[in-house]
Amino acid sequence: MAEKGVKVFGMWASPMVIRVEWALQLKGVTYEYIDEDLGNKSDALLRHNPLTKKVPVLLHDGKPIAESAIIVEYIDEVWKDGYPIMPADPYERAQARFWAKYADEKCNAAIYPVFTATGEAQSKVVHEAQQCLKTLEKALEGKKFFGGDAFGYLDVIVGWYAHWLPIIEEVSGASVVTEEELPLMKAWFDRILAVDVVKETLPPRDKLLALNKARREQLLSA
Amino acid sequence: MAGGDELKVLGVWTSPYVIRVRVALNLKSLPYEYVEENLGSKSALLLASNPVHKTVPVLLHGGRPVNESQVILQYIDEVYAGTGIPSLLPADPYDRAVARFWAAYVDDKVGSAWQGMLFTCTTEEERAEAVARAVAALETLEGAFEVCSKGKAFFGGDAIGFVDVVLGGYLGWFGAVDKMIGCRLIDPARTPLLARWEERFRAAEAAQGVVPDDADKMLEFLPTILAWINAPKSK
Repeated sequence: MAEKGVKVFGMWASPMVIRVEWALQLKGVTYEYIDEDLGNKSDALLRHNPLTKKVPVLLHDGKPIAESAIIVEYIDEVWKDGYPIMPADPYERAQARFWAKYADEKCNAAIYPVFTATGEAQSKVVHEAQQCLKTLEKALEGKKFFGGDAFGYLDVIVGWYAHWLPIIEEVSGASVVTEEELPLMKAWFDRILAVDVVKETLPPRDKLLALNKARREQLLSA
Repeated sequence: MAGGDELKVLGVWTSPYVIRVRVALNLKSLPYEYVEENLGSKSALLLASNPVHKTVPVLLHGGRPVNESQVILQYIDEVYAGTGIPSLLPADPYDRAVARFWAAYVDDKVGSAWQGMLFTCTTEEERAEAVARAVAALETLEGAFEVCSKGKAFFGGDAIGFVDVVLGGYLGWFGAVDKMIGCRLIDPARTPLLARWEERFRAAEAAQGVVPDDADKMLEFLPTILAWINAPKSK
């Protein structure tokens, strides 16, 4: 008999995992959180996601789902009477999904090099990251959140930038999201950080900073 | 509403991403205008409709653009739904998540290998390596098919569904690659379920005239695509 309830296999510093927590908390769903040591993954994680072995994995009444964006849509569909995460209109949903893909494929790929770049190479990758984010920022025009007046799907998908990007900037000494270059995004960061479910789930800044400093040093010395 | 309800697809006849959208529209018996794009000289409509990626497919619905093929598929599925209209995604949320997972896997693993074997490889060794990656992904999908189909004809069950159209979009090119390398990507000896699935998909009414079945014609078109890819980038 399948075990009832909701479990999240995650890792405290993972932005992909936090998307799932935001979605569950928006819906008021109680869940058990299992923090994985990614260097020594649990048998349960490997059993529930044998294909990619990654976090997050959502286990709902014993049935596993992997891939954070897919998990978020699942949560929205199952707990459909709770807080609405996806926009109601199909055209708006298409826009949200389009930008989510753009952010995950293009922006994340542009941001990662900022984390490791040093010296003269840094300004080039910073510029590219800014170009990517400027394109994404267009979806914020005239709105408080990507979702409009309320925190929605695209905010869940990219909201991690508000906590992680300033840390990446501090660790690498780069300036990406500035008032001059990305005013809408900067203002949106403040709104994201004020959202209740965000405040309640973000990993402690000092702990995350220390982890990322160490990881950067490790990558640079490799 | 300005622009009405007309559907238009901007595409290239060989693109797996375009083919899947056209199959989906056919499945739902939706009439649409098809515009063949020359990606070496992109139309003003394409550039205006997809300024971020400047690529196909683009679906225009009443003049409003939807971009990214899997986003388009879900949009079509949501707008054109109801009694008697076939649905791409299943109704149950868990089954939907599983379908989305495998569709993402197809484009991630099969799609990247497909690009490698045709467009980015510079040596036969690189092509062979990309082919091997595609074959490995297809072996995984053989297992996924067994689970998703539950003994029925398609990933979607009795009827063609989301994963079917996503994977089915690549079949035209698979035929061309099979000819190029002298063996089958979907080999009945290795992936018997997928081999039989391929026959059924190709035979489906929704695939006629949309899933290319002339490998020579595709191979003749390949240099055109390579020229588009390798053209010096303009601003």
